[in-house]
Amino acid sequence: MRLRFVIGKVLGALSTLVFVVVVNFFLFRVVNDDPVESMFRGRNLSAEQKDRLRQQFNLDGSKLQQFWAYIRELLQGNLGISLQSRRPVTTEIGEALWPTIALVGTATTLSMVIGVAIGIRAGWRRRSAFDVGSTTFSMFTYSVPDFWLAMLALGLFSVQLGIFPTGGLQDAGTTATGLPLLLDQLHHMALPCLVLAIAYVGEYAIVMRSSMLDTVREDYLQLARAKGLRDVEVRRRHAVPNAVLPVVSLSALNFGFVLSGSIAVESIFSWPGLGQATLEAIRGPDFPMLQGLFLLFSAAVILANLAVDLLYGYLDPRVGGR
Amino acid sequence: MTAVSRADFLRRFRRDRLAMFGLAVLILFALMAILAPVLVDDDALSAVASLDNPTWASPSGDFLLGTDHLGRSVAAQFVYGSRVSLFVGLMATIFTIAIGSIVGVVAGFAGKWVDAALMRLTDWFLVIPFLPLAIVLAAVLGRGIWNIIFVISITSWPSTARLVRAQVLTVKERLYVDRARALGASQLHVVRRHVLPNVAPLILASATLAVPISILTETTLAFLGLGDPTQASWGKTLEEAFQAGAISRGAWWYYLPAGLGIVAVVLAFTLFGRALEEILDPRLRER
Repeated sequence: MRLRFVIGKVLGALSTLVFVVVVNFFLFRVVNDDPVESMFRGRNLSAEQKDRLRQQFNLDGSKLQQFWAYIRELLQGNLGISLQSRRPVTTEIGEALWPTIALVGTATTLSMVIGVAIGIRAGWRRRSAFDVGSTTFSMFTYSVPDFWLAMLALGLFSVQLGIFPTGGLQDAGTTATGLPLLLDQLHHMALPCLVLAIAYVGEYAIVMRSSMLDTVREDYLQLARAKGLRDVEVRRRHAVPNAVLPVVSLSALNFGFVLSGSIAVESIFSWPGLGQATLEAIRGPDFPMLQGLFLLFSAAVILANLAVDLLYGYLDPRVGGR
Repeated sequence: MTAVSRADFLRRFRRDRLAMFGLAVLILFALMAILAPVLVDDDALSAVASLDNPTWASPSGDFLLGTDHLGRSVAAQFVYGSRVSLFVGLMATIFTIAIGSIVGVVAGFAGKWVDAALMRLTDWFLVIPFLPLAIVLAAVLGRGIWNIIFVISITSWPSTARLVRAQVLTVKERLYVDRARALGASQLHVVRRHVLPNVAPLILASATLAVPISILTETTLAFLGLGDPTQASWGKTLEEAFQAGAISRGAWWYYLPAGLGIVAVVLAFTLFGRALEEILDPRLRER
């Protein structure tokens, strides 16, 4: 890859990150002019107490002073204090981080692998029964709200059939450790993970399918066939590697969607991750927590985009240069 | 793209059975939303007026879709809920398309640094995860139907802006635009007379595909407790069902209809929009 390409992408990502930080500050300090007032609405606080709170949350001084104070704290890794738990936001987020990484990571991988496999088969034999069936299925999953799918799954598999636990990270009061604990946690993760994977598998299938349709007409496939390669070989060695590129760029975009989808799905399965933390912060409303979560979600998606852009540049020399 | 005549368009559209099905479903739901006050007495939505009703009643002759934890008719909530979903979906789409089109036309037409700045802004908005931004905005602005519409449109215009800009750039290079300029036409005249008519079909298709996304977002925000607390909506029904414990009670009639309604409307708009896009964009036709 050319160095210029890499530097350009990194700078682009950095500028987006700066934009997010500014938006974050603007939303919580300018649109919502006096957070202390709205946080403690309905409670009897003396003017003195309010002033002290403003000082504590860096809310005194001009907007510009507040902005620099916010940046200074941010650079030191300080995201403020959660209003609900009275603990640092970073601690709260840190605890909720791993359950979400496990859930979203597994769900993204599953939906990508299954979606791509479906797309390959559907696009290779256009208008076959498999193609029509899988496209209908994809359109359907695209239209289903992920949280409603989660409610249906919970009602059917956990409540009616009792195959899966109704929620949580592990059995309440479990004393298991090691492998049994891990198995218990996987059992709890299975249903929310499946719901997220099904909700997003359709998009991968649709994109992979249309990319295959574009590739099928290429000359180099004719050449490969003329060489006498079997159909399966042509598909595996020549069609798929070329057609899979658009899926690479979709995966970063979709990562953001799955992360968002986990907000509602996690709260339905009481999965103690970032999604449930978001819902609790909305209920508060716990503004410092919401601010920290928004920053984290955005940073994760920006990094995923950067990684995918660089990967794309590496895989496709026309984009990244050699 | 404009080579499709009106007769040709209608003929192609009628031949697409899925699109016709989508249209029929949409008309049905639109009628239900418009006629809601005629179909159902809006007293049925009030918890006070439903005090004498049985709570958690399963579907029967009296209550077609049963009752909820407060004894309110689920069928009445379903009928009224369609109003908010469709209204928010349509209004948010209008604003989304308006912002996106203005940004796209200005960027594509002005070029140079204006284009660069607007596209940078578009890229920023594209990368920021949409739902977290919408949640944060809705939480800061407060609950209300117009706030929801604002939140959805301010977060979803970038893809339209990109699409429109690309189209403007190709139209701009056409000979007839040069000719109009040579004859002394003003910028505004060129935009109104040549650029907009050529970009309009694309905007229309992109609008139809933006409606389902707006509806899904409204539902999700309402489910997360950020919707308008005073109005029945499908998302709010699902939230209340979940909070009241409908799932553990096995009260499927409480949370099934609203979800099916969302799926039907979203699917119908998607089928309709895809058919529109396919007819208007010949490159997609062979697929």
